[in-house]
Amino acid sequence: MGRNGAPQSGRRVAVIDGLRTPFAKAGTDFRDLSAVDLGSLVVNELVARGRVRPGEVEALVFGQVVPSSTVTLIGREMVLRTQLPRSVPAHTVSRACATSVQAATDAADQILLGHADCAIAGGAESMSDAPIFASRRLSQALVEASRARSLGQRARILSRLRPRDFSPVPPALKEPTTGLTMGESAERMAQRNGIPRAAQDAFALRSHQRAAAAWQSGALGGEVMHVPVPPRYQRVADRDNIVRDDATLEALAALRPVFDRRHGTITAGNSSPLTDGAAALLLASEEKARALGLTPLGYIRSYAYAALDPRDQLLQGPAYAAPVALDRARLGLGDMDLVDMHEAFAAQVLSNLQAFASRQFAERELSRPEPLGEVDPERLNVNGGSIALGHPFAATGARMILQALRELSRRRKQYALLTVCAAGGLGAAVVLERE
Amino acid sequence: MSPATAVATATEGRQGNFRAEVAEGVATVLLDVPGETLNVLGADVAEEFAALLSRFEADPAVLGVVLASGKKDSFIAGARIDLFQAARTAADAEALSREAQARFDAVERFPKPLVVGIHGVCLGGGLEWSMACTWRIASDDPRTQLGLPETQIGVIPGAGGTQRLPRLVGVQAALDMICSARKVTARKALSLGLVDEVVPPALLLAVARERARELAGGRRRPRRRPGAGHALVQAALEGNPLGRGLLFWKARQAVRQRTRGHYPAPERAVDAVEHGLRHGMAEGLAFEARAFGELAVSDVAQRLMEIFFAETALRRDTGVDHPGVKAREVSRVGVLGGGLMGAGIAGVTVQAGLPVRIRERDDAAAARALQSVRAAQDDRVRRRSIDRLERDATMRLVTATTGWSGLEGVDLVIEAVFEDLELKRELLRGFEAVNGAGIFASNTSSIPIARIAEASAHPETVLGMHYFSPVARMPLLEVIVTDRTAPEVIATAVAVGKRQKKTVIVVRDGPGFYTSRILVPYMNEAALLLVEGARVEDVDRALVDFGFPVGPVTLLDEVGLDVGEKVATVLHQGFGERMAPAASLHQVVAAGRLGRKNGKGFYTYDGRRKRVDPTVYDLLPGGRARKAFAPAEIQERVALSMVNEAVRCLSEGIVRSPRDGDVGAVFGLGFPPFRGGPFRFADAAGTGALLDRVKALADRYGARFEPAPLLAERGAAGRPFHGR
Repeated sequence: MGRNGAPQSGRRVAVIDGLRTPFAKAGTDFRDLSAVDLGSLVVNELVARGRVRPGEVEALVFGQVVPSSTVTLIGREMVLRTQLPRSVPAHTVSRACATSVQAATDAADQILLGHADCAIAGGAESMSDAPIFASRRLSQALVEASRARSLGQRARILSRLRPRDFSPVPPALKEPTTGLTMGESAERMAQRNGIPRAAQDAFALRSHQRAAAAWQSGALGGEVMHVPVPPRYQRVADRDNIVRDDATLEALAALRPVFDRRHGTITAGNSSPLTDGAAALLLASEEKARALGLTPLGYIRSYAYAALDPRDQLLQGPAYAAPVALDRARLGLGDMDLVDMHEAFAAQVLSNLQAFASRQFAERELSRPEPLGEVDPERLNVNGGSIALGHPFAATGARMILQALRELSRRRKQYALLTVCAAGGLGAAVVLERE
Repeated sequence: MSPATAVATATEGRQGNFRAEVAEGVATVLLDVPGETLNVLGADVAEEFAALLSRFEADPAVLGVVLASGKKDSFIAGARIDLFQAARTAADAEALSREAQARFDAVERFPKPLVVGIHGVCLGGGLEWSMACTWRIASDDPRTQLGLPETQIGVIPGAGGTQRLPRLVGVQAALDMICSARKVTARKALSLGLVDEVVPPALLLAVARERARELAGGRRRPRRRPGAGHALVQAALEGNPLGRGLLFWKARQAVRQRTRGHYPAPERAVDAVEHGLRHGMAEGLAFEARAFGELAVSDVAQRLMEIFFAETALRRDTGVDHPGVKAREVSRVGVLGGGLMGAGIAGVTVQAGLPVRIRERDDAAAARALQSVRAAQDDRVRRRSIDRLERDATMRLVTATTGWSGLEGVDLVIEAVFEDLELKRELLRGFEAVNGAGIFASNTSSIPIARIAEASAHPETVLGMHYFSPVARMPLLEVIVTDRTAPEVIATAVAVGKRQKKTVIVVRDGPGFYTSRILVPYMNEAALLLVEGARVEDVDRALVDFGFPVGPVTLLDEVGLDVGEKVATVLHQGFGERMAPAASLHQVVAAGRLGRKNGKGFYTYDGRRKRVDPTVYDLLPGGRARKAFAPAEIQERVALSMVNEAVRCLSEGIVRSPRDGDVGAVFGLGFPPFRGGPFRFADAAGTGALLDRVKALADRYGARFEPAPLLAERGAAGRPFHGR
């Protein structure tokens, strides 16, 4: 385990600019929009802000996790539904919750390979527009009936249907091979890793407090576009609507566990909620940024992806990916001025942190003599994370890269480590630097 | 070398206006008039085509002929108007019509199938030609539009249009198309029976050739029946003399209501259609030619044609005299202020395919701006000028901000905020702080551009772009330049205006520029009449009868009394006593009457019908006891104050030419088109006679009517403003 690969060549990709929509609880501000609508809003605004001329963009990589029944290739739609020239090639990627990390590193690779000098990467998600499918029996019958040659034949086919065949099938947020939902898997991790409810609630509280403070101080406002919501443009969404500045431990403690009503510790309060939103980044080679006279927000120094068996520790991926990304950056955890970890569940972050610090985990799982180390709480998710800000699956990675780079420059610090856990036992880690 | 010999010596390739080739039994003839972007028809085209037809008639290898355009995306724009404008007498013009009719009769009698493939505009003579063919195919493309717009220039279709169209599409549809000058799409043309089929543009020629072969081989017969969809109404109305009489009576009534008797052409068109239906095609054609001849030399048609030529000339005008001056490339536009005007400007700009960044003071205002741009696009969807997908694509070009983001890179910014000099200067400074090279245009209707430009670090990039409300519908753009505006900046603003589909005139800076400046004395005079005791409705009716689309008092209500007062004040300060507004008008504004926008003006807006509000008279001298004024007196005073001021603008170099002055007044203020604009009006009246009339007004009403020096000069010499 733990192939470290070759250290990075030392070449970096510049993050010129980034932007996201406010993140809105599903069914609220962006109720009537789809992922492709949200994505094109943010990409169009990023282009219209004009840090580079639209004609400079040579590639676009975009993602969406929950599929849409009407848009099959969201990447290309981001070109066709914005002010970008039609000539920009585009593709769609998915790596579950790490989708826009994937989009960013894909674009970065294209730039490092010299295939493009300037690219846009990002992702969008609408949990308000999650597809509801017809039952398998209903869709089969409809297909057959459409091929039927006579009315009688058609009637015979449709008469086979039973009332239950008409009930819609919601999209699965379930691991297909383990049969467990995300929440159930997190519950299993909390139990195995011994993460108490109180620690989870405390972590969730801190996420809200820090996110609320970051909004208050204006730290987040600068990276969030204001969205007059089309097509009526009557409301303007101008901030995240999940974060609460009045969260208390008592209120969090009062919530009932959702996935295991008797022994469980995972609640709606210490999990990330279903969210609508989109985020996008503008990337360029260092040379291009210099030639255009642009000061980048920072650079992607290295990244790594890893995976484990999803059965017992589904969301432990970051503990596998982070050491590799750091090795590739030739840096250690102690060099990191900021650590930003995606918060699918408080229990998952606390499990990841436990593994970071565990010698046993390092020896057994990573074949490394030393653990990665302890993360200083004062450097961890300093502006809150997905629990408080929300988690539009495909937008989270880009949101984190943007947020971390801007925080580095506010603090005049150099390095940040980002981690994202994802379905299927996947993990992603990115090392960012400012100068 | 005459065209006939050219045809005889060449079997293929280009001859004069045509490119022809014969293959697989079909001769394909493409019309491509050299040196023109659009095909326009003259005698040479008709003669060459006749020669081609006689060659194909004799050629046994030719079974059928296909006619199409060699131009990209346009078929035929019509006949050369200059030819019949130049006709000296009605008889000359009639002869021209007769000649064209004979040409198309020959086309109709051509013994082999003649199929026409129409892609792009097919207007006037182009459609008349097509109607004489055996089979008509139109491309399914939004650019394909068919129509007979002749009445717009004061004449009627003179090459068989009034006879062939009703025979193809029925009387009702034909009268509608001819009298309204409306164009129809390919789909509509198909359902009317005007074309026989509609095909995708790429297949047009292939299908046309196939049809020619089928028709030649007897595998297909030409259709000669009116549009199927209208068969019932037609049978009921047109089949019996009574119904037919009713139809023509209604058509005449509708026409008269619209033209108020100022435009004779539509009525003559109705006559021609009716005559042809009563007495047959040959009689109808004779009637058409005679009516055409009389109309072509009429004053109305001459004025309308002059306006048409002025507009055409302005389309080619770069706005600067030096031919070497090139417009800058504009790929992004900013609009400061997203109110009624700003959103309107943003709308016509994105419709031109240019991305627009709107700046507003807060999110709510930005959202409202996007809302109104969207509403205008929704409106276009409702009118079917675009579909939903096109609307969505257009909307993607507009974004909004509350700061300066995205305005750093725009090539042109148009300011459309409140009429406040300091505010405009502040925006100019703010813009220049983030954008070092972009052009700054102000949409002010009254503030001198030079005053705004005082705040600029580089005043050569500052100018005015004065749009009219509602921006989407008003065709004029007044570009206002100061002494310091750079020529390439002027050319750029003019080029953008043309992309926005505006007719653009370039005028010099000064209080009120051109249009506002000539409008103010006109409005002042109307207000003075009210002060003297005239009735609101009498004043309005007199000017509508003169030919303005609305009367001055109605216009004041529409524009807003406060806005009107503001502009009037600027001009009063600029020009002194001559422009003094009627003092009691201020009392009306002060009483909170702002016009339609607050539902209280000279008229009331509560009921379904607009009525004069008698309580407004309580604010005027004389109260509710009103006096009768002769319409002629009202017209003379109000209209001549505008004309006299226009002449001053010409002599001061505010407008570059009488042409621009006419176009500005007609397209910007609704000066009666059939009078051709203030300068054509003066010329038609005779400058000497007009000078006497203005002098007479000065004697009766005082110094404000003192003749403009240039009018005095031209009038004394009896010289017109326009050279011919």
